Formats: sequence, C-alpha cells, structure tokens
Amino acid sequence: MNALRLYGRYVGASLRVQAQYPAATLLLTTGHLAATAIEILGVFALFHRFGQVKGWSFGEVALFYGLINITFSIADMLTRGFDVFGTDFVRTGAFDRVLLRPRSATLQLIGYDIRLSRVGRILQGLVVVVLATNLVPIHWNPAAVAIAVWAVAGGVALFAGILVLQATISFWTIESLEAVNVLTYGGVQAAQYPLNIYADWFRRVLTFGVPLACVAYYPVLAILKRPDPLGAPDWILPLTPLAGFAFLALSFLAWRAGMARYASTGS
Amino acid sequence: MKAVLRPYVAAFRARFLLLLQYRVAALAGFATQCWWGAIKIMVYAAFYETAAAAAPISLPNVVTYTWLGQAFLALLPWVADPEVAMLIRTGGVGYDRLRPLDTYSYWYARTLGWIIARALPRAILMLIAAGIVLPLVGLEAWAWRPPAGPEAAVLFVAAFALMIMLAVAVLMLANVVVAASLNERGVNAVLMPLVIVFSGSLVPLDFFPDTMRPFLHAQPLAGLVDIPFRIYFANLRGVAALEGLALQAGWTLVLIVLGRFAMTRMMRRLEMQGG
Amino acid sequence: MPQVLVEALAKSYRVAERAPGVAGALSGLLRRRWREVRALVDLSFSLEAGELLAFVGPNGAGKSTTVKILSGILRPSSGRIEVGGLVPYEDRLRHVARVGVVFGQRSQLWWDLPVLDGFDLLADIYRVTPDRYRRRRDELVALLRLEPLLAQPVRQLSLGQRMRAEFAAALLHDPEILFLDEPTIGLDAPSKLAVRDFVKRLNREQNVTVLLTTHDMHDVEALAERVIVIGQGRLLADSSLDRLRSSVFAERRLWVDFAEEAPALDIQGVEVRTRTARSLELAFDPAKIPAPKLIAAITAEHAVDDIHVEEPAIEEVIARFYDLHDSGEA
Repeated sequence: MNALRLYGRYVGASLRVQAQYPAATLLLTTGHLAATAIEILGVFALFHRFGQVKGWSFGEVALFYGLINITFSIADMLTRGFDVFGTDFVRTGAFDRVLLRPRSATLQLIGYDIRLSRVGRILQGLVVVVLATNLVPIHWNPAAVAIAVWAVAGGVALFAGILVLQATISFWTIESLEAVNVLTYGGVQAAQYPLNIYADWFRRVLTFGVPLACVAYYPVLAILKRPDPLGAPDWILPLTPLAGFAFLALSFLAWRAGMARYASTGS
Repeated sequence: MKAVLRPYVAAFRARFLLLLQYRVAALAGFATQCWWGAIKIMVYAAFYETAAAAAPISLPNVVTYTWLGQAFLALLPWVADPEVAMLIRTGGVGYDRLRPLDTYSYWYARTLGWIIARALPRAILMLIAAGIVLPLVGLEAWAWRPPAGPEAAVLFVAAFALMIMLAVAVLMLANVVVAASLNERGVNAVLMPLVIVFSGSLVPLDFFPDTMRPFLHAQPLAGLVDIPFRIYFANLRGVAALEGLALQAGWTLVLIVLGRFAMTRMMRRLEMQGG
Repeated sequence: MPQVLVEALAKSYRVAERAPGVAGALSGLLRRRWREVRALVDLSFSLEAGELLAFVGPNGAGKSTTVKILSGILRPSSGRIEVGGLVPYEDRLRHVARVGVVFGQRSQLWWDLPVLDGFDLLADIYRVTPDRYRRRRDELVALLRLEPLLAQPVRQLSLGQRMRAEFAAALLHDPEILFLDEPTIGLDAPSKLAVRDFVKRLNREQNVTVLLTTHDMHDVEALAERVIVIGQGRLLADSSLDRLRSSVFAERRLWVDFAEEAPALDIQGVEVRTRTARSLELAFDPAKIPAPKLIAAITAEHAVDDIHVEEPAIEEVIARFYDLHDSGEA
C-alpha cells in the first residue's frame, strides 16, 4: 500500500467519521463560512466608510482576500494533524501511537482528521473571487488562471510549512502554540490587503521573513496586470510563489530536529 | 459566606494557577496580539490617510481601541471552555454532580479562572509594550493611551468588571451547548465569528453602516468590547456611559438566567441517559 | 543471539519545578528550575524468542520508560539495546513493523470508527497483504470472540470489549514480540481472565514473545515464567516466581485445625504465630524441617481436622522484596 493510497484511506475514514455526525459537520461548515464571510464584512465596512485605500478599490482587495482564504483553507484542511499536534498528540501521548506504526509520522499526521468543513470556506473564497472579478473587472485568460493556481499551490506549501513549524515547537511546549496564529490567521489577515499599505519594515517581513507577499501580493499583481507600486520588476511577479515551497522544505528540517528531541525526552 | 464561597474560590484558584504555568503560551499569546494589533493599526492608518474625515472615531482613539482589544482578547468568549468538553467526554461531569455544589456556579468559577489566567499575563505584557515601550521609543502616535480622565477611568473599571462577568456568562451558555451537543468545534465555529463581529472586536461597531447602529448598540455582545473601550476614551460619557453599564449588567443577568435554565435541562437529560 | 538484548540501559529527563502557590506560579513565568530525574539508572537483561516475561515494580520504577525505549519511541541516554537485531530508536519504522504494543490506558483504535474499519486501516498502515490480513483477522476475531463487535464504533464498546479489540489490533500484522503495558488495568474479573488466557495461548501456541508490565500480581502469577523486578531505575531481581518467593521468604506458614483443644507444640525450628482455641498458625523454615516431615510429626501425636501450607501471596513477596532491598541499601 503506497503512501498516496493510504492517504486516500485516511480521507475515507475521516469522511466516514464526519458522516456519523452530519449535524455537527454542517454546523462547522456553516461556521467556517460565516467566519470568513464576517471578515470580508469588516473589510467591506471599512471601504463603505472610507471609499478606497491608497488607490486600491474594494474589488481589488476582494481578490487578495478571496485567493488567500482559498489558499489557507486548503492548507488547513490538509494539515489538521500538525495544527493540533501539541494538544492532541504530544500532551495526550497519542504521538507514541503514531511512532509505533511503521509509517512516516508526516503521512499519519496529514492523514489525521481531514475536515470537510473547510470546503465551506473554500467556497466562500471562490464567491469572493467571483465578486472581485465582476467589480474590477478581471479577465481570466489561461495565463491568469495558471498564475492563480500556482500562487495557491505555493501558498498552501507556505501555510503547511508554518503549521509544521508550529507542531515542531510543541515538542518543546507540549501545548499547541497560539503564537503561530500570527503567521496563519494573522498571515491571512495581513495578506488580504495589498502590501503597499503597510509600513516598510512589515513589507520586508512579509516578503523575506514569512514570504506571504510572494504567494499573495506579487502574483495577484500579475493577475491584475498592475505594476508593483513598490517597484518590483514585472517578470519576477509570477515566480515568487516558489518561496512557499522553500519555506516548507526548511520547516521539515526543523521538524526532524523536533522528532529527535521527542525521542530523547518523550515529551 | 466565606465557607459558602470556598469551593468556588478554590475552583477558580486551581484553574488560575494551573494556567499561569504555561509560560510559553502566555508569551506566544502576547506575540500574536502584538502582530495583530500592528496589522490592524497599519490598515486603519492607511484608510485614515486616504479619507480621515469619514471616520467616526479619531485615529489615536482607534489605536488605543485596538491595543485594548488585543490586550484583553483572551477575555473574549470565543471558544467554549475546553475542559468542559473534556469532562463530558471522559465522564468527569458525573463527578461534578457528586459534589455538594451548585454546578453552574462551580463551572462559572472555573471558567472565570481560566479566562483571567489566560488574559492576565498577556494584558500586562501588552500594557508594557504598547503603553510604555512605544511612547519611549518615540512612537507615541501608535501607543496605547491612558484613559481620557478620572471619570472615564472609574467608569472603565466598572465596565471592565462587567465585561468579564458578561464574557463568562456567554461562555457558560456555550459550555452547556457543548455539553449537550458533545461537539465543541461546531459550537466554537459559530461562536467565534459572532463574538468577533458583534463585540466590536473586528472593527468598532460605529464603523459599520449608520443604519445598523441602533441594533449594534443594543445587542448583548457590544458589552464585551465596544462599550467598555469607548468608555475608556470617553467616546461614551455621562449618561451614555451609564446606559452602557446598565446594558452590560442587564445582558449579563439575562444570560446567567438562560445559562442556568439550559444547564438544569441538560443535566436532567444526562441523568436520564445515565451518562 | 537473544531476541531482546538490553545492556546498561540508562535514561534521565529534566523536569521543570515550581514552588507552590501564586508566587511560585508567577516566578515560574520568569525563570524555571530544572530537576534531573533518572528514570533508568542501569538496566540489563535479555529475552529469548518465545519467552513470557513480566516486569514488576512500583509507579515510577522505570517500567514504562523501558517499554517506550524497547518499542522505539524513546532514545536512551546511554546503554545498548537490540530487538531482533535492530536498534529500535535507530531503525524505528522497520522495528515497529515487527512488534505489537497494547497500552492498557490508551487506545490505538479510531474512536468514532467501527472496529472493522479500524482493522482495515491498520492493515493498510502495516502493509499486510489482503489475503494474509483476512486470514489473520478471522483467526483473531474467532479467538477473541469479536464477531458481534465488528460493526460497532469503538466509543460504544465496554472497556473489556475494547481491550479485546485492542489485542486484535496489535496483532493483525503478526508481530514477533508483543509489549503489554498494564493490559488488565480497570478490567472486570472475567475480562481479566480472558486477557490472561489469550496472552498465554498466544505465547504457547503462536510462539509470540511477550513482555508485560503490570501492577496486578495475579497477572504475574497466571502468566509469567520469569519476573524482572525493578526499582528506582535498577534491576533488583530477574528470576522465576518460585525462586523469587523463596529468596525473600525463608519461612512458610502451616495452618492446623485440631479436633480438640490446640496443644502446646514444641518442635525444633517451628514457631507458633497465632493461636485460637482449636487452631494454630505455625511458621517454619522448609530448609530446616520440610513440610511433609512437620505434618507427619503433628498428625502422629494429635487428632487433626484440617491442615494446609500457605504460600506467601505474591504481593507480599514483592512488598517484602522492596523492604529487604531498601534496608539493604540504607
């Protein structure tokens, strides 16, 4: 049984569990839909009052918003095991059970609890993208679609990397760390506005530290066919999502150090 | 009186001390809230730069509002007490029923201990960072400012106490729903967005379209953020401030009554199921 | 080459300490003190294929640490360990594919899934080929009488039922060694008997090596040919149960019910411990006077209703063993 098929089995098992609690799953899906719908409500409230922000319209910001939310929801759906790693695995000792099985811990963790409810948020993101398309308007030619898919893929890698780092930290802290919400939920929050509204230092963090701008801002500029008001050359815009994959690779290096630490302390 | 309260005080204390141990979690929460605060303030600043005249609250006040919100974020009732869900799952609720205590008050005390312990270290750190360090390094434009005056300060203390009471009353309702539905995630998924929007945590309630104001100002969750914070910088003062306090107190009472009622029903059902 | 080889195993942890009360909690936020805990100090033993070994010791003696190291979850601080020629923590994936583990306090099944779905998933995880899986599963289902439980979600099983399912789950991939950590904890008497019976059959009939930790001395009595006693991270004894017993209790007890009033006995090497109107409890050292000889001596002179020799219960043996050991150390 190769890894991909086993992953398929895990998905099947997760879905069967969720099917046992249809009401809860529905509630959760609605909740996630509401959670993000409400965020865009906040953005809308600000635009309603102020009209525009530094030359960006609501429609354009909605595209940033929609894409980053789709990205995050996909990552969130795939990496629940890493997200709750501290509380559900390290603290309870359930990670021992993972280690007792002859499969990589990574595979077992991404196979843990694949949540259907995130689909609600993905759908909501798509609705916002459609809204943005009509407001701006955006012309979705094949190149634009390809850039969007590529940006989402890089973004999923980036968020997955962040969650792997979060899990790695819980080898030391036992609890799942809220601080990482800075980079996940906080990252979504930051990336749903265009980079040039932020202070200089913050732009640098988002480009070179945790490269959220590389999976959101720069590729979206390419889709909107707007030159970067901060002066990044046009040719580099579609390449930037690569940074997300690099981040994921580095995260897994840290994860391996965490695994070694767990083996020597047991928690 | 002291003897009567003792078990509840003990429940509060035990939970409070336990959580204070999570040093890293406290620092982590602090870091999170600094980051969020910074993003929010930068976004506000960008909008104010574009069209400051359109804003219902001045930029320095919105900045203070944001830091207050970040400092006391952990006091917001946005997730049901995880221990309650755990108790239900492990059958520990049965033990609670064995104790010669009023279960509602007992859980209330525990949940109170939980949220205060989570919030306290972060609030102190946030006050130091945003209220003292920022002005010291020359960023007073972005700092958390002191209350608007002695009157605002006194009123805020009352509003703050009510805000915590109200928050725990909301959480208790959530706890009961978790206990009855055995599903904390679903409850949290619904609770969180409601609290964030209607408390004024997302944006101050007056930023929403003017036509929604009467409703936004009267609903219970306004007492969690919008009312106390606006009292703090005297955006609500005099009679309006007192009205705000009355609204907080009134809703707290209503929610406690509702929570007790729901809990009694839920416990009866648990007893009938033998669980 | 023994199947399990443990040499000079040691393991220490650092744990955070804090002073009690509010002040302690607050100061703990700023600075932590660490204390070194030596879970295992020096442990050596070996185990041949097909053996059944019980690990006995009080809480904190190092039993769980040993099981965790043996199963590849923990890395020791020092010492050498090999299981079936592999170093568990170096070669975890290959190692765990060949061992089965049952933790009495934890479940490895999926709480919300039916038992059978959990088995299927485990077969996928352990890469058991479909027909081997089917054969093995049916065999275990029959042995453990799981048939009526297969369609039920795990959360609905009683503890005894769940434990039977756990055993099957741990054995689906046909492990050579089974580690059992407190497998009978919390079970009712019939479930305990069923578990013991199953473990014994597994060991005898399928030649599975079993290493068991337990607090329940009846488990030891019923199962183990060999007992390892550990305390404070060290091996205190490694022998058969009988030898262990005679090593700590030189004396045996003899209960005699007389048909008449209990007499005043005076036999060399025998002491009267308690006396009622018509019965005596005697302590004797079998090395000085063997039981048959003593009984013969008594029945020759007195009319006796009933007579029996009592072996010290294993709880007593272990408790006494620790007493002796502590006083020896002090």
